[in-house]
Amino acid sequence: MIQMEQKKVLLRESFGGDALTPEPESYGKMVWRRFRKHKLAMAGLYILIFMYALAIFAPVIATQSYEAVDPPNKLKAPSREHLMGTDHIGRDVFSRVIWGSRISLSVGFVAAAVAVGLGVLIGSTAAYFGGRVDDILMRFTEIVMAFPTFFLLLTIVFIVERSIFNIMLVIGFTSWPSLARMVRGQILSLREQEFTEAARALGATDARIIFRHILPNAMAPVIVSTTMRIGGAILSESSLSFLGLGVPEPYPSWGSILNAGRTYLLQAPWITTFPGIFIFLTVLAFNYVGDGLRDALDPRLKD
Amino acid sequence: MSDYLLEVKDLKKYFPVRGGVFSKVTNWVKAVDGVSFGIYPGETLGLVGESGCGKTTTGRCILRLLEPTSGEVVFGGQNILELDRRQMRKIRKEMQIIFQDPYGSLNARMTVGDIIGEAFTVHGLAKGKERAEKVQELLKVVGLDPYHSRRYPHEFSGGQRQRIGIARALALRPKLIVCDEPVSALDVSIQSQILNLLEDLQEEFGLTYLFIAHNLSVVQHISDRVGVMYLGHLVELAPKDRLYSSPKHPYTVALLSAIPVPDPDMRKKRILLEGDVPSPLNPPSGCPFHTRCPKAGAECRESRPELRELSPGHFVACHLA
Repeated sequence: MIQMEQKKVLLRESFGGDALTPEPESYGKMVWRRFRKHKLAMAGLYILIFMYALAIFAPVIATQSYEAVDPPNKLKAPSREHLMGTDHIGRDVFSRVIWGSRISLSVGFVAAAVAVGLGVLIGSTAAYFGGRVDDILMRFTEIVMAFPTFFLLLTIVFIVERSIFNIMLVIGFTSWPSLARMVRGQILSLREQEFTEAARALGATDARIIFRHILPNAMAPVIVSTTMRIGGAILSESSLSFLGLGVPEPYPSWGSILNAGRTYLLQAPWITTFPGIFIFLTVLAFNYVGDGLRDALDPRLKD
Repeated sequence: MSDYLLEVKDLKKYFPVRGGVFSKVTNWVKAVDGVSFGIYPGETLGLVGESGCGKTTTGRCILRLLEPTSGEVVFGGQNILELDRRQMRKIRKEMQIIFQDPYGSLNARMTVGDIIGEAFTVHGLAKGKERAEKVQELLKVVGLDPYHSRRYPHEFSGGQRQRIGIARALALRPKLIVCDEPVSALDVSIQSQILNLLEDLQEEFGLTYLFIAHNLSVVQHISDRVGVMYLGHLVELAPKDRLYSSPKHPYTVALLSAIPVPDPDMRKKRILLEGDVPSPLNPPSGCPFHTRCPKAGAECRESRPELRELSPGHFVACHLA
């Protein structure tokens, strides 16, 4: 019986009548197969795995504490002992960059999560309720968007207490508007799609339509945007730290290491070069991964 | 008449046009403006017309996928526009829809089994193994293989997807299926397969179809009676043979003259209509067709013709017929 079935499948395929593969492919598998084809995205993924491994295993990898001061050995060039040299008070730049990856990466992650959470909440509320609620929420979103983000960031940072957690929140709170608009647009267009109508014609409840039909289909662009946003949040944190408004001393973030090395740019370029490379690679990797995800998640693009 | 399965009485659907700062309603698009007809059990009523004439809106209103502005939709002796949400959910088992776009009408994130089986889950009719068996049964009925239920829509061709949509509509064993241009997005060779499938299913399950299309040959093939719509109005309704052999409304005459004939030597008189369909935002007074009608007279510009029965079963809305 089973053999018959298989024969039937084989037969159909040899005649080219049915282009289906013998084993069904799950959605996740299909996305992964398509993602793997995107070479830059794969490179980005490897870089990110490497970076997160550094952050997770920082206590093992870092050769010294991030706050161990050693003034006699200040501004030393990279050597066996100090892989990336030392800064102006003799701290090991390598260890600080490794420990800094923890802060920079988690700032990126939490800030993006806050932005996405707010964006999805506000965007979907506006789209679902429509009318007055939609008008009010969207005008508010536009007002927030109209502020120059970075100056808004600077202002808030002046007001709230400077801590790692607050920096994460502040970056998150300033970057949700574009996401809210995107989510709203997605839901508005999905609501009009025929498969949503089909579900309504079957008698499906609103909750079922939202959670089974609309949200799963709205997720793809949100995932892509989140990925890119993490890179953006890391850059924001670095910029704030570079202006001395970011993560307070002695905690290292890639941006604060850059800031500390700024004065010695010519004398000791290694202090700025290495965290700079890490920021650059990480943000680039996030962008490529986002690009790859966008291609892989788009059902309209054929393999 | 009360032996209709579905009767639509003076159905209207106006869409608001909003403008200005405060989103005030500045105008109304009269997509469907007073349409009445009935469908007998077991028959296929074709509904034809140009794009934008309101035929799709009519179909959506019958299923309350769009809320009609006014009118009545009587199904099985009950005006379904008066039902509350719970009652409506129940009656949805009896009336289903097949969509035009075989891509947009299937959720890309769900397996075929979930898409077809959703009907059972929603109404708590079957789950687990029983549901899977019912889905596989349905797949066989529409000419697909049972093992297809674990696949995703993107693995199928347009014709196969349309079959999945048909299986979904069939799941609850409805009495009425609104077919909203079910073949116009398909290749010609696939169209006939799907049409034959629809005919077979009608016979097997005793279905009643409201078949919405703009392709006159397709409608001629499948329908028992045909209604012609123009600018939100039903202008002619007649048994298929009568409509195609002796159309009475000038619009129907023009429409039928546009059907291509597969014979290069045969010269047919084509009636070319002047101008475009007027905007439903600002429909003409009197007969909606008078602006393009070759025969229009003074009366046509002033009063709107009612749909009247010229000969038994042949309804026309025209002063001159």
